[in-house]
Amino acid sequence: MSEPSPALRQPGSLGELFRVFNRLALQGFGGVLAVAQRELVERERWLGRDEFVEILSVAQVLPGPNIVNLSLMIGDRFFGLRGAFTALAGMMLAPLVIVLLLAALYARAAQHPLVSGALRGMGAVSAGLIIATGLKLAVSLKRNEMGLPLSLAIGACTFVMVALMRWPLVGVLAGLGSLGIAAAWWRLRK
Amino acid sequence: MTGLGMHGLSVGDLFALFSHFLMLSLLAVGGAITTAPDMHRYVVGERHWLSDDLFTASVALAQAAPGPNVLFVAVLGFNAAGLAGTAATLLGIMLPSTTLALWATRWSHSRRDTLGVRAFKTGLAPLTLGLLLATGWILADPVRDRPAAIVLIAVTVAVMLKTRLSPLWLVALGAVVGALGWV
Repeated sequence: MSEPSPALRQPGSLGELFRVFNRLALQGFGGVLAVAQRELVERERWLGRDEFVEILSVAQVLPGPNIVNLSLMIGDRFFGLRGAFTALAGMMLAPLVIVLLLAALYARAAQHPLVSGALRGMGAVSAGLIIATGLKLAVSLKRNEMGLPLSLAIGACTFVMVALMRWPLVGVLAGLGSLGIAAAWWRLRK
Repeated sequence: MTGLGMHGLSVGDLFALFSHFLMLSLLAVGGAITTAPDMHRYVVGERHWLSDDLFTASVALAQAAPGPNVLFVAVLGFNAAGLAGTAATLLGIMLPSTTLALWATRWSHSRRDTLGVRAFKTGLAPLTLGLLLATGWILADPVRDRPAAIVLIAVTVAVMLKTRLSPLWLVALGAVVGALGWV
């Protein structure tokens, strides 16, 4: 699987690692993942496509922001702990400053009907973007080893408990989550 | 609710905010956004540190800016309690998962095909989906009674599913339509 392609190279320094992660973070509007794949695999050739997918799948199993986990893991692979934190800083610092500046500007202008109207419109779009992501991923439930009916039932229960009943996430994950993992375990074992 | 101050939150409140986000970090299977419903329940519903409108506006602001999606957490903290709030929410959501990720990188590499890891992924996948849809529902809280906003949400979903258009254009469309006072 992870046999190295001939033309792979390595980042030369922590500075280069920082610059590349910074560059891809600043290009990522509405999510960084697609940009990360293009920059790290196709442009810089630090990772083969298989390696990238493998790291991503681990990053997704772990709790926490996927792209943050991904940065840590890739930085760690090249320069150990120093690399992990350098990649993370490259990914987060500049975007953090930008988004806080925007938030401060918004706080000043929030009373203006033009600004509050614009944010309301953008909020509706945000809701739509996240619903669309959920629906796109829902297609993958067809291949879920638990089978479609059970997967759909668990997904629907999650929605009802969290969106409609507004129950705390801890309880939902502990209850329904353990049930899902147990069911998956049982099906996969056969 | 403007400016850089702590908006009346005490140090104890900040610690409670930090602790809640510490816990959410470990529950964020499938990305930070899947814990948004619980952030909303706690910060808006239980503590009243943010209004419905400001919660959704915070997420929208972060989506309009470049960078990882998790930065919406920084904006939530900022709008609840200024820069101290940002420190509380962002460090809270990042510390546990970062520690775990560094530790687990090497450990899980050799075990990615084991039954335990596969059952974890397979069993939680439907919950991740349910949580994404719940997040969309909760973000629409401030506008759900406005027909034009429902149309805007539906258009966004349709464009994202049917085309490869960058989400940036939709965010811009939302801003323009909203500024014109249509939603």
